[in-house]
Amino acid sequence: MLDKFERTVIGVALLVSALFIFCLFYAMGAKKGNVTECLPYDKSYEDARVSQVDKNTYQVFYVARMWNFEPSVVYIPVGSEVDFFVTSKDVVHGFDISEKNVNLMGVQGAVAKTTVKFDKPGVYKVTCHEFCGTGHQNMQAEVIVNYPSK
Amino acid sequence: MHLSKPIRNIILIELFVPVLLLTIGIYHGLMQVIYRAGVIHQSSFAKLDYYQGLTLHGVINAIVLTTFFAVAFGHATIAFHLKKEPNYRASMLSVCLMVGGTLMAAWAMLMGKASVLYTFYAPLKAHPLFYLGTALLIVGSWVAFFDWVTIYSKWKKDNSEVNTPLAVLGTLVNFTIWFVCTLAVAYEVLVLLIPWSMGWTPTVNVSLTRTLFWFFGHALVYFWLLPAYIMFYTILPKLAGGKLYSELAGRIAFFLFLLLSIPIGVHHQFGDPAIGRGIKLTQSILTFGVAVPSFITAFTIAASLEYAGRKRGAKGLWNWVWKLPFFDKNVYLFGYLINGLILFIFGGLTGLVNASYSLNNVIHNTAWVPGHFHLTVAGPVFLAILGMSIFMTSQLTGKKIFLPKINTIVPYLWTVGVLIFSTGLMWGGLLGEPRRTNLGLTYLNPESELYNPYWVITTMLGLAGGGIMFAAGLLYFIVFFGTFLSKRTAEPVIDFPISEVYHTEKRVPIFDTFRPWLVAMGVILFMAYVPAIMDTLNNNGKKAPPYLPTDPAPVISTIEKK
Ligand code: HEM
Ligand SMILES: [Cu+2]
Ligand SMILES: [Cu+2]
Repeated sequence: MLDKFERTVIGVALLVSALFIFCLFYAMGAKKGNVTECLPYDKSYEDARVSQVDKNTYQVFYVARMWNFEPSVVYIPVGSEVDFFVTSKDVVHGFDISEKNVNLMGVQGAVAKTTVKFDKPGVYKVTCHEFCGTGHQNMQAEVIVNYPSK
Repeated sequence: MHLSKPIRNIILIELFVPVLLLTIGIYHGLMQVIYRAGVIHQSSFAKLDYYQGLTLHGVINAIVLTTFFAVAFGHATIAFHLKKEPNYRASMLSVCLMVGGTLMAAWAMLMGKASVLYTFYAPLKAHPLFYLGTALLIVGSWVAFFDWVTIYSKWKKDNSEVNTPLAVLGTLVNFTIWFVCTLAVAYEVLVLLIPWSMGWTPTVNVSLTRTLFWFFGHALVYFWLLPAYIMFYTILPKLAGGKLYSELAGRIAFFLFLLLSIPIGVHHQFGDPAIGRGIKLTQSILTFGVAVPSFITAFTIAASLEYAGRKRGAKGLWNWVWKLPFFDKNVYLFGYLINGLILFIFGGLTGLVNASYSLNNVIHNTAWVPGHFHLTVAGPVFLAILGMSIFMTSQLTGKKIFLPKINTIVPYLWTVGVLIFSTGLMWGGLLGEPRRTNLGLTYLNPESELYNPYWVITTMLGLAGGGIMFAAGLLYFIVFFGTFLSKRTAEPVIDFPISEVYHTEKRVPIFDTFRPWLVAMGVILFMAYVPAIMDTLNNNGKKAPPYLPTDPAPVISTIEKK
């Protein structure tokens, strides 16, 4: 059977994997990192819009199409918490706000959702990072934080 | 061992055809880094569109080359170890299906009718022949596998108390994984996509097609990798001048792959809507399970190499490393395999980032991802294929290797290139640089509103590394085709170097039988995937008509027209 060294190595490998899995839970718990929520779909998600829930809470409903996002520019006061909802009206699109680790897929017939807090002012780019046809490289939107409203 | 001429020729075709196509794949690899670095700001170059070329790059390099090679190497492995030639008619049918399918798909891609990338995500629509061709390629590989299963069953009847040779075990495990995972993609393609692309069915469930694709897609990466693992276990220690530290470790590793390669595909869909968090978390954790056989392999191979180094007179703790035959042109295969292993250290570690559930949000679909997988598929997998394709060609034709010194340095040059290339892409990914994007048109075009200066340095590194990779690829082609075209000097044979085992081990029956493992595989698969498929069926509220990549309006199906 396996010798002493090999048993040690398998033990260490299991331990290291356990450590990684612990880190994964730590990131979920302490850092509140999570993947998209899984919501039931209805047609209302195909209306692109921004709505203010209360003073510091916003909801943005994005609709991705070949080859733009609607709304293409969103203004948010600094310090707000924002729910992003993303769906697609045609092919699969990506939805990436790199600085905030927002990373969702826009799929027709389904809706992805995540929540982010914007503490720092700035212009946050939303980049489509899934190939969606010949205009894919043009597909970017902006979230402008702490901008005088339009 | 001597092989009959028809079988030799079938194997040689299975090496020659994909390497010929690979010239396109490698050419467009270079073009991709050129476009992405903003050296050119065009949607196409020399009549080849960026995304059309990227489709060719992905399909040829990652599907055609790897599948053909796995079959060619499988034929040789089974024949050599079980001392029985594959059945001629089955092998002929298999190679015809594979070549025919590849030609169909290649036609569709080259005509620009299938620029949907190698993942062909619906509702982007490709030409039906693209789907059909890919399906035939896969079915062709099944035919070869079924034949090996018959050969093996006969062999096992006569040798029930003898351990199955490790290379044969690895080959059978690998093709079992392949057969099971390709069932899902065959269903996706034949039942869902072909009728839909022909206009017979109006719409498809996009979430379902993506989930079926990734049921196949992750196992695909193990299908690429296991032929290389077989070489690491059964050939590399011998080339190094030593012995395999433990054969049992290899058996355990292969069976763990059988259990865990498939039920983790949802880790490619962490960002997808319509699949619940619980399923994603479960499959993320299972992914760490599949890291265990790779840890085992890393130890076993390192121990085998250390033994080889010490046999060559190494003293002290690390000196054995420098005693290994890195630049010995007689064992050039060592260079190909060891460089692959070096790249794989980084490939494996970066892969753990991708697998880590919410951490995946940092890098998903950014340039990090191609940065990572060029350290795996364009690392150990590709280098093992390059080295072994030259080895097998030279043996099966009885020809000497053309330019053996150049052949020896190819893997080193490639490795330097990939390390630079992947550093650039992974760094870019951390800065949000998207993958699958013709950056030169907008993000790396100073004239464009979308210009992003942060990605200049990262894409330049990609260009530098990609240029070196291209040069190494070119040298490989010269050696490969040069060997093919030179004069025969010896009898054609197939003789793999075979590592002896360091420990004498007793046969452990459970690691020499398939049935219980197949049952366990089925159970795990069922538990991991039934909920995922149910989610896509329940949560996706609207099916989608087909779209061409060039047009935001859907293709009107013939049904609606009537
Ligand atoms: C000269 C050598 C190569 C260069 C310069 C190169 C470069 C690249 C680049 C820049 C990308 C990303 C393009 C994008 O996302 O926009 C890419 C994608 C890819 N490469 Fe390579 N590559 C090379 C060789 C290989 C090899 C040998 C393999 C596999 C055996 C491979 C497999 C892939 C795959 C599967 C993709 C993903 C395609 C997709 O996203 O649809 N590449 N390559
Ligand atoms: Cu898009
Ligand atoms: Cu995977």
